[in-house]
Amino acid sequence: MQRRKFIGRAALASLAGIIGADIVYGSKMAENYVPLALQDPDPFKLFNKDKEMVVLNDKPWNMEAQAHLLDDKVTPNKYIFVRNNGLIPEEIDVKNWTLTIDGESVKQKKTYTLEELKSKFKHHTYQLTLECGGNGRSEFDPPAKGNQWTVGAVYCASWTGVRLRDVLEDVGIKDDAVYFGYHAADIHLSRDPGKEPISRGAPMAKAMQDETLLAFKMNGEDIPLAHGYPLRVIAGGWPASVSGKWLQRISIRNIVHDGTKMTGTAYRVPCKPVAPGEKVADEDMCIIESMPVKSLITYPKSGATIPEGKKLTVRGHAWAGELEVAKMEYSIDFGSTWKPCKLEKPANRLAWQHFSAQVEFPQQGYYEVWARATDSNGFSQPMLLPGWNPKGYLNNACHRIAVKVA
Amino acid sequence: MKKQNHDKLKREFQGFYRVLILTCTIVAIFAAVLVYFLVDPNLSAFGNDGPDAEIVTVPVEEDDFDKIENGIHVRTGFVEAPGMMETVQNCTNCHSAKLVIQNRMNKERWKATIRWMQETQNLWDLGKNEDIIIDYLVTNYPPKKKGRREILTDIEWYELKD
Repeated sequence: MQRRKFIGRAALASLAGIIGADIVYGSKMAENYVPLALQDPDPFKLFNKDKEMVVLNDKPWNMEAQAHLLDDKVTPNKYIFVRNNGLIPEEIDVKNWTLTIDGESVKQKKTYTLEELKSKFKHHTYQLTLECGGNGRSEFDPPAKGNQWTVGAVYCASWTGVRLRDVLEDVGIKDDAVYFGYHAADIHLSRDPGKEPISRGAPMAKAMQDETLLAFKMNGEDIPLAHGYPLRVIAGGWPASVSGKWLQRISIRNIVHDGTKMTGTAYRVPCKPVAPGEKVADEDMCIIESMPVKSLITYPKSGATIPEGKKLTVRGHAWAGELEVAKMEYSIDFGSTWKPCKLEKPANRLAWQHFSAQVEFPQQGYYEVWARATDSNGFSQPMLLPGWNPKGYLNNACHRIAVKVA
Repeated sequence: MKKQNHDKLKREFQGFYRVLILTCTIVAIFAAVLVYFLVDPNLSAFGNDGPDAEIVTVPVEEDDFDKIENGIHVRTGFVEAPGMMETVQNCTNCHSAKLVIQNRMNKERWKATIRWMQETQNLWDLGKNEDIIIDYLVTNYPPKKKGRREILTDIEWYELKD
């Protein structure tokens, strides 16, 4: 009897062994495991982005909005473009997160915890326009290297943080300070720990502006991971790459910061105008500072058909880097005549400004509504592409939408 | 005594014999079941089409790691043409193929881009694959003439209601 029981149990066990193992492992695999090659994370869910956002690159993640998605006065996270030079940090230990201020031109190196930054310094909130230096790159001919942004690498969110100036004054800065440079927690694409994906900055004058923040909130909430959680420098009106995400360290330099993507051709344009396609030596390239005047029609979406005799409401935003937009116009005849738009004052310095117009069309047909902003120094957006440059930066050509009157 | 012993022995033998037959039968049944499971582990012959039946499809997909559909390498999006696998193997380790496909350059500028990646981004020496990759890229992803401003294309017309 004992032996029989033993044989029976052993057989059952091996039976379970044979089917059991396969089935248990198999059903787990089907439910929870997708072979590595097939892994395709949904970036819209991953970053809480709208399905109409356009993915340009998935390693590193780069994603842009379309013009009509940017209609809000303050851009919500779901429509904010994602621009990464490296891999998003994999682990953020917010409790032990610190910011160190160092460099040749600090009186002494100093480290703050996030809590110290938040409790020691006054909080400020500003709406700040951030535009990728390469926004509009896709239009350059000959084509420029990099992510082929169209119009959607720009937004204006509300940022809350402490002034970089207040922190630097607490640290003590020497008279020979020239530039600040940031260092962050993102990971180089090659996963080489000795390399930084990006480490840019700006001259001290920009660091000391009221609106240059060490931000910990975007639109009233913790900064989303893709946009720099838990701490980000925000330098509105300058290429968005100056606004370093996942901020861990700021170096106050006695030279122009020479971090990754400060040198060579990165975020630089020829110091003197060049012919399309011309080779430019590194030493003849100058760092981009303030972004140029630009505007975007966010309503209606291009392709609207309206009945004859009906007025069309057109609206959007305009911005001008460090400056203010002084005038906003539209044309329905390819620039032959321009009519004024209603233009609002910015919510604060470096925030984009809202414009609107009631457009009348003289007869049925195909039209394009072109928008043109002029800055407080009298510079307007060109209708054609501005000066060609090797990396395809600063395309501020007029935006236009197609309209049919039927 | 003798007869009793004989009867007892006979009974014990009969008992043992029954156990032996039963054991052999059980072993034979288990053997048959085992053989069946080796041949058809997910009991497909019994119409078992529950979630367990999905298991066997998984390894099949791994065989299609480099599947081509309609002339496109599904995993990367690259056009199937000579040099594609060299490009996949050397150019998609650090960044996505999307970054390659977006960019349209001539031979000289691709070469300069490769040098830049070797100098600053830890790209290895491509050896004889360098020319194969550059030829693949300039042949399949040539620059497009755009002029100073393109006309609006791909307009999706819709009726505006408000």
